[in-house]
Formats: sequence, C-alpha cells, structure tokens
Amino acid sequence: MTTRRAFIRTSGTIAGVLSLSSTSIIALAPARAWALELDALTTVQGQTLLLLTRHIFPHDTLDDAVYALVVKDLDTAAADPHVAKLLVDGINSLDATTDGKWLDLSSERQLQIVESIASDPFFEKVRSTAVVSLYNNELAFAHFGYEGSSFEKGGYLNRGFDDLDWLPPPPVEASPQP
Amino acid sequence: MATHGNTDTSVVVIVGSGAGGGTLANELCQKGVNVVVLEAGARESTGTFINDEWASFEQLAWRDRRTSSGSWRLATDFPNLPVWVCKTVGGSTTHWSGCSLRMREHEFNARRVYGDIDGANLLDWPLSLGELEAFYESAEAKMGVTRTNGIPGLPGNNNFKVFYNGAKRVGYDDCHTGRLAINSRPRDGRPACQQLGFCSQGCKTGAKWSTLYTEIPAAQATGRLDLRPGCHASRIEHDKTGKVTGVIYFDPNGNEQRQLARVVCVAGNAIETPRLLLMSESSQFPDGLANGSGEVGRNYQRHTTGTVYATFNEPVHMYRGATVAGIISAESDHRPERGFAAGYQLETVSVGLPSIASFLDPGGWGRKVTEAIDDYANMAALWIIGEDLPQSDNRITLNDNEKDQWGLPVPNIHYDDHANDIAMRNHGFRQGSAIYDAIGARRIIQSPPFPSTHNMGTCRMSEDPLFGVVNKWGQAHEVPNLFISDGSQFTTSAAVNPTLTIVALAIRQADWIALEMGRRTI
Ligand SMILES: Cc1cc2nc3c(=O)[nH]c(=O)nc-3n(C[C@H](O)[C@H](O)[C@H](O)COP(=O)(O)OP(=O)(O)OC[C@H]3O[C@@H](n4cnc5c(N)ncnc54)[C@H](O)[C@@H]3O)c2cc1C
Ligand code: SF4
Repeated sequence: MTTRRAFIRTSGTIAGVLSLSSTSIIALAPARAWALELDALTTVQGQTLLLLTRHIFPHDTLDDAVYALVVKDLDTAAADPHVAKLLVDGINSLDATTDGKWLDLSSERQLQIVESIASDPFFEKVRSTAVVSLYNNELAFAHFGYEGSSFEKGGYLNRGFDDLDWLPPPPVEASPQP
Repeated sequence: MATHGNTDTSVVVIVGSGAGGGTLANELCQKGVNVVVLEAGARESTGTFINDEWASFEQLAWRDRRTSSGSWRLATDFPNLPVWVCKTVGGSTTHWSGCSLRMREHEFNARRVYGDIDGANLLDWPLSLGELEAFYESAEAKMGVTRTNGIPGLPGNNNFKVFYNGAKRVGYDDCHTGRLAINSRPRDGRPACQQLGFCSQGCKTGAKWSTLYTEIPAAQATGRLDLRPGCHASRIEHDKTGKVTGVIYFDPNGNEQRQLARVVCVAGNAIETPRLLLMSESSQFPDGLANGSGEVGRNYQRHTTGTVYATFNEPVHMYRGATVAGIISAESDHRPERGFAAGYQLETVSVGLPSIASFLDPGGWGRKVTEAIDDYANMAALWIIGEDLPQSDNRITLNDNEKDQWGLPVPNIHYDDHANDIAMRNHGFRQGSAIYDAIGARRIIQSPPFPSTHNMGTCRMSEDPLFGVVNKWGQAHEVPNLFISDGSQFTTSAAVNPTLTIVALAIRQADWIALEMGRRTI
C-alpha cells in the first residue's frame, strides 16, 4: 500500500552498541548491538532528541541505549500530530539558531543553545518525558543501583534492608531486632 | 455484604472509604447501623497492588484534574497535581506510610498557646487531648501501632541507620524507628512487614494497616455495609427544614443516582469534602451546604514540608524497607525562640529511582540534578513535617472555568506560605542538613515539597458556629444530620501526621452518631 510505503520512508532508525563500561546493563541485554525503529520521526530527528536528552539529564556513563527509551516514548507520543509538530519545530529551532546543524556543533555550543530554549514548550516536552522515561526502566535501575519490584523476592527483609556497615548499629531500644 | 435500596431512608451514607470513611463505616456497622459507602475509586487488593511507583500511582491515585494558585511552589512545580491522595477503596490508606502519632495538648490550644499571629486564622479546638485519649487508645489498638499496646518497634533499615547516627552527632537523643501502623509481628490476621520498600504503592503483604483490608471487610462481615465502588458523589440534597435527605452520585456507568439517607457523613479528604459541600449550594444555603460561616473550604492546611537528600561515599540503598523508618521529635514542641511558632518532626523518607528526578528538583535539569542521581545508591533522605498555620485565604474554591469528566467544576487549591511556615521550613532544612553533614555527607540537597499528602482544615471544628463548620463531634453547626468525618474537620494541623487523629475522631464520631440516632435527634 502506498500509505504504508510513505510511512516507512519518513520513519527512521537509531542504533548503537552498548559500551563495554555498561557492565550492569550488558548483563540484561540479549546482545550488545541495539536498534530502535521510529514510527513518526526520522533518524536525524531521533538522534537529535537523544543528544538533547543527554544535555538535559547528563549521566556520562549511562549508555545511549537508555536515552533511546526516551526517544522511543517521544516517537510514540508523536503519533499525535500536535506533538509531532511541537517536536519537529523544536528540532528545527535548534538548527535555526546556529551556524550549522546543532548535531554537528561542539558540546559546549550545543548546551548554550539548549539553555536558550529551556523555557520553550518543546524543551519542557522532552524534559518532562525524560524525567520519567529515563529512570523508569530496568536498564536505568541496573545502572544506578535500584532494585525495583521486591515483593516476588520476599522484600528486603533477608536481602540487605539493614546491611549498612559503615556506621555503628543503633541500639535495640531505637531499632529492635527483626 | 448488604444491599440497601436507594430509597431506604434509614441508612447512613458515607462518602469515601479512606481513613475517616472506612473506619466510621465499620464502627457504625458494629453498632448495628446500616451503612452505604459511596467510593469514587475501584476496589484493588494486596494481590493487584504493583511494586512500581508510576504504575501504582496510575492505579490508585486521584488524578482528576485540579488547579492551583498562590505563592506555594506546588502551584509552579505540580500545578494540576498539587495534592497526592488516592481514589480507590481504602482511599489514601493504600498509599500512606503508616506513621501514627498523637497530637499533644498544646496543639489543641494553638490560638491560646501561639497567640495572635499576623495573617493566621488560629483557633483552639473545641476538644481537649483528655477527651480524645481513650479514642487514641482504641485507634492504636485497631491499627496495631508499633511501640503501643506492647507491640515492638520495627527494625531500622539502612536509611534509618544513617538518620540515627546523624541525629546522635547533632545531639538529638530521641531518635527511634517510630510508631507505625505496620505489623512488626503478625497481628490481626495480617503478616509482619517484609521490608518491601513500597509502602506508598499499596503494601502487598498487608502488613501496613489500610481500611481496604481491615475496616471494610470487618464492616462487610456484619451484613450491614453496602459498599459501592466507582460511585462519585456530586451533590448532597436537603429538605425545607435544612436537614440532608440524600446524596446524588454518578454510578459506575456514569448514570446519576439518588441515595436517600437518614444521616450523611463526608470523608472525601480535605479537597473533595469542601468541594462537595460547595457544589451542594441551594437557595437555602447559597454559599454552599452548611456554609453560613463562610468557612467551608477555608483554612486549608497541608503541613510545612520539605525533603533533605544526602549522598555519601558508601552505599545506603534507602529504598530497601519501610518508607518512614524513623523519627526525631526533638523539634516538635512550641519554642518561639527559634523564630517561629509550633514545631515539626523529622522522619526518614525514601524515593525510588523512577520518581527521584521528579522530586529532587522539580522542573530542574542539568548536572546539578544528575550528579546527585549518579549517587542514588549512596543516598539517604528525610522529610520535614511541621504544623502550618491556618489562613483564611488558603482555600478550596470551585473553578467554574474548568470541568471534570462529570461536568463538575474542578477544585482550585490556593495556598500562600505564611512567614511562619517559611521560617520553620528553613529551620528544618538547616537541622536536617546538619544531621547528614555530621556523618560526612558528600552532597546535600534541600528539596521543596512534593504534592501534599496531608490535607486538613477545610471544614474546621469550632466551639462558635461563626468560626467554623462543625462542632466537636464533626457535626455541621447548621445541619444536624450532616457530618464531616475526615481531616477537613481539623481546627489546626499540629506537628504530627494526621491519620491516627482522623481514625480516633471517626471512632468517637460513630459513638455520637449511634447515640443521637438512638435518641432520635437525628
Ligand atoms: C504517599 C502518602 C504517604 C502518607 N503517609 C502518611 C503517614 O505516614 N502518616 C499519616 O498519618 N498520614 C499519611 N498520609 C496521609 C493519609 O493517607 C491521609 O491523612 C488519610 O488517608 C486521610 O484520610 P481521609 O479519610 O481524609 O481521606 P482518604 O484516605 O484520602 O479517603 C478519601 C476517599 O474518598 C473518596 N472520595 C473523594 N471524593 C469522593 C466523592 N465525591 N464521591 C465518592 N468518593 C469520594 C476518595 O476516592 C478516597 O477513596 C500519607 C498519604 C500519602 C499519599
Ligand atoms: S515495607 Fe513493610 S509496610 Fe511497607 S510495603 Fe513493605 S511490607 Fe508493607
């Protein structure tokens, strides 16, 4: 069908390889290479949103694969034409304010431009999506050391709820034995 | 499980099944009274609760649109979600963390003890601690509060260990694992806490008291409770004599229904309760039902709060185990020499990774946010919870420009911080930071309030009908068969988490309602 073809042509893919330093994440991943197919956004748009998210919530050792989850949620939201326009116009505005493509600029210059748009609805859309999507996933849990759902593992009662040993233990009057 | 007819004029109708409504329903049923509970939310269970912060929020929280105004930061940070309460059977006792403290004598006499404070609309409770003591005892026994009734305290988790050691260093000698309505031993058919760390997502073990699986099934077992989940009350009706006659509500199919009643009790939490009264205006009550004083919706209090996060060189894993795992009460007395009236508690709190970025610095971005999150595993946190002052203009009003899914005006929540609130919060930030500083915190972050979990004062109790909405039984001054059965009736907010007092008042109110029904005065 032609509509389907047109659709495929406008959509993109972003891809990457898990860095070897992401050991906690590699343990969860089926393979080191990852790819994300986009429905509404082009490859360059996806790459731009990924890098923008890295500027908004910069974690130097957090793999791109996790940032890609934010792009995925933005791409899903862009099924709504209003959101798609907000994102596409926003990406264009990043490019418009400069001497060239925002993606090609130095990191310092990119950040300056991000700061200049920080009160725009586009920025807020990306920030408010990322503030949840970036941290609410198993890969981020593994990276930052959060253990997530615990009920099925019997809670933390026998899994270190009180294993901190770099401070003296409180007396039993203050903290009774389990 | 009972079914009462919509035209049964003998029933007590309770709006809401949370701490106030759920408890009141059970107490009345135990006394032989037939009760209909209208609950806007669905019925979940320990089996359906989810160990996932955002998914649980979607499952249990009240997410209908609200608006906000005023100088409080929540109007900027969370303008359409300034309040964190639940819409589900059990209400916010599904999400609560169980900290259960009694109010102290001076807090019942805030006006007399704190004096006349500019801009504050202080009033003494028409009730003394002495009158409430026996009901506090019943509430603690019912809820299984640790460190009462011979129930041992919970063991402290890692977040507590950090808190305790810091407290010691700065000279706070009263730090312990608190009084919690969480089983430290199996009790009342419920198991002991497994330290899941998801207290605020609905406790999947049921170790934490919630009306969902304590009061409500107990009431159902009497055969007198007709619990109607998915039913949203929209209006309370009255007759020419000014007595209420029933409640209009939307049933689960969205159809309007009328349930007649002998008595109506409203326990929808301190936003929805005054909203329902305001929406029930009539020619006889032009400013809202029972609002001759003009106090319905006013004096909204939400506690002076703030969070202090600290990161260390070593791991903490604060999310492991009970959310409120410890308390310091040393700052809770009224000591005006600190530069503010009233006091505050310090309690541990923990926030999971999924919502940490939303709460650490609401609206924030960049390295100042992410560098702290990089140390998430090494982070500890505490919460300041202090008495805020009632102010007349801090109030719930109907926003006629915005409608909810029923076509009803959404509530607007206006709050300006009082200078006293700001001074108290800053003091709490200093002390909370000192606790972590004393044991070598690497970084300390003072975060503004997250959406208000404690909501009080919007239909307050008063001796004089001119200054409040209800008398000391929670009975409307102007409408004898209308009761307010939640934190809305608090005259002042007190430096203690509100639920134990809500439950004690509900137990006491049930006695009064049964007595008055017996005397045929209502
Ligand atoms: C995360 C969190 C942690 C907390 N921790 C503590 C703590 O440690 N200690 C403490 O003391 N307190 C705590 N609280 C506060 C505590 O949950 C509340 O004080 C308490 O539940 C209030 O009881 P309530 O009966 O007034 O309202 P709720 O328990 O909120 O119940 C109100 C019910 O009324 C229903 N309702 C409202 N309007 C309507 C309507 N029009 N029609 C039908 N139904 C309606 C709602 O759906 C809801 O189920 C916490 C709250 C939260 C959210
Ligand atoms: S920590 Fe205890 S109270 Fe909290 S959810 Fe887990 S079992 Fe329930």
